[in-house]
Amino acid sequence: MRTLIVAEHDHQHLKSGTLSTLTAAMALKSPIDLIVIGQHCHSVVQEARSLAGVQCVIVADHEVYQSLLAENLAKLLASFAQDYTHILCPASTFGKDLLPRLAGLLECSLASDIIEIIDQDTFIRPIYAGNALATVRLKENTRLLTVRSSAFAKYTLQAETLVELRACDRVYAAEKTSLIRREESQNDRPELANAKVVVSGGRGLQNKENFALIEALADKLGAAVGASRAAVDAGFVPNDYQVGQTGKVVAPNLYIGIGISGAIQHLAGMKDSRVIVAINKDPEAPIFQIADYGLVGDLFKIIPELLSKL
Amino acid sequence: MKVLLALKRVIDPYVKIRVRADGSGVETANVKMSINPFDEIAIEEAVRLKEQGLARLTQVVSIGPEAVQENLRTALALGIDEALLVPCEQTLPALAIARVLKAIILIEKPDLVLLGKQAIDDDNNQIGQILAALLDWPQCTFASQLKVQGDSIEVTREVDGGLEILSAKLPAVVTTDLRLNTPRYASLPNIMKAKQKPLTRVSLEELGVCLTANIETLSVSAPKERKAGIRVDSVDELLDKLRHEAKVIE
Repeated sequence: MRTLIVAEHDHQHLKSGTLSTLTAAMALKSPIDLIVIGQHCHSVVQEARSLAGVQCVIVADHEVYQSLLAENLAKLLASFAQDYTHILCPASTFGKDLLPRLAGLLECSLASDIIEIIDQDTFIRPIYAGNALATVRLKENTRLLTVRSSAFAKYTLQAETLVELRACDRVYAAEKTSLIRREESQNDRPELANAKVVVSGGRGLQNKENFALIEALADKLGAAVGASRAAVDAGFVPNDYQVGQTGKVVAPNLYIGIGISGAIQHLAGMKDSRVIVAINKDPEAPIFQIADYGLVGDLFKIIPELLSKL
Repeated sequence: MKVLLALKRVIDPYVKIRVRADGSGVETANVKMSINPFDEIAIEEAVRLKEQGLARLTQVVSIGPEAVQENLRTALALGIDEALLVPCEQTLPALAIARVLKAIILIEKPDLVLLGKQAIDDDNNQIGQILAALLDWPQCTFASQLKVQGDSIEVTREVDGGLEILSAKLPAVVTTDLRLNTPRYASLPNIMKAKQKPLTRVSLEELGVCLTANIETLSVSAPKERKAGIRVDSVDELLDKLRHEAKVIE
């Protein structure tokens, strides 16, 4: 029994999902190695070597790994598979792109987006956007898992001395895919999927101009901005704001839904939030059935009042 | 260029699902079924490639029960040229689906395979990537823009924190994200015309694919119900609760 964690990083720092994945991996109760793949990622390696739960940090540092493409990263990981009973990666867009490709190379099964580890073969994962939970068993020699970061705490325990380092000189080039460029999101707001606070608007905002009220409130709270499908369909905001079964699934500390009636599709994307606030003029709106705090009233009066009192 | 896409029949996203009391799964009997929304985006993209003169032929394939015919006809009404049905009553694991698709692709030889990034029932988000690995083709997942440039494609991917623009050589697998396009509705004349378009059956036996995979769903349960909280009467009361009771704002 031995576990390998694939570190997610930006060549400067480990991403926090890696730390949640480490917490998850501790539940497997077997030695854990962590692999850092990239180019010139010394600072990432130093961070990784300070994690008490890790036994060995493997580093594959080469120019072919600079672009972090699934095509060749999966080949490199496949070359390690026989040494490990479990390979884990955060269920971020990085892990969701990479680990299924590894599963294809190994022709084995993968459990996506797990939220709980029952034992070394058995895992719980949400299906139907969290409206049901499936308990799945993997009967593979190497069990592949992507881990939902919000379901596990970030690992914090620091090692007293730097953990063992092992360099890997295996080189696999991506022959058919190349990275042209990356464009970081321009706005200063937190990313919707990982934000601690989310403020979302719905059809109740009536038009695109009024949606600025939602953005102003979000900025006041340091929150990400979301929207219901109805608001997206009406053209108030672009598609990537959509919270819901076909949009983003979020689970912030605080979710404020304003002018959103609460279609099933939308509730599926936010019902795991810790605290839900609903503001709507219709007292019968379904969103009130899952809200911790409901306020019935005119959002055009309520939002300005909130802005002045926060 | 030949474009192949796959669709899955799923419970309509606007239906409230019900978990069976015996833990065997989610009730699908007498429930409205639809094309997986991400697959609708794949259909739309294929139709647009055809309209732009970039795709010579578009094909849709589905692996599922006979009722999938209805969804394949919808895809034909939306502008796809040909449909393939692989009849299968059981629910296959992701690896088996990818193997079936690979077998079809080796016969049909498309240049571009378009798949939804995930099905909204099992939420696996795996098949495009597994398939690309099985074929040793490039993959461009979570696409929000697709440009065909000769024998390669340029794909904008929706990744955490921004966008990533990849170039990939054809043949390739692309999985669709929400922003790629807005699917159209089928017009009545096109629905009538779709009845004349070819819908062919291919059996699993003909394809000769290994369907076993080492993953098993032991049970399906309903998540803990969330109870309604309280109504507050004013902004002041709301802020007071958020500050002092829930302690989520300062």
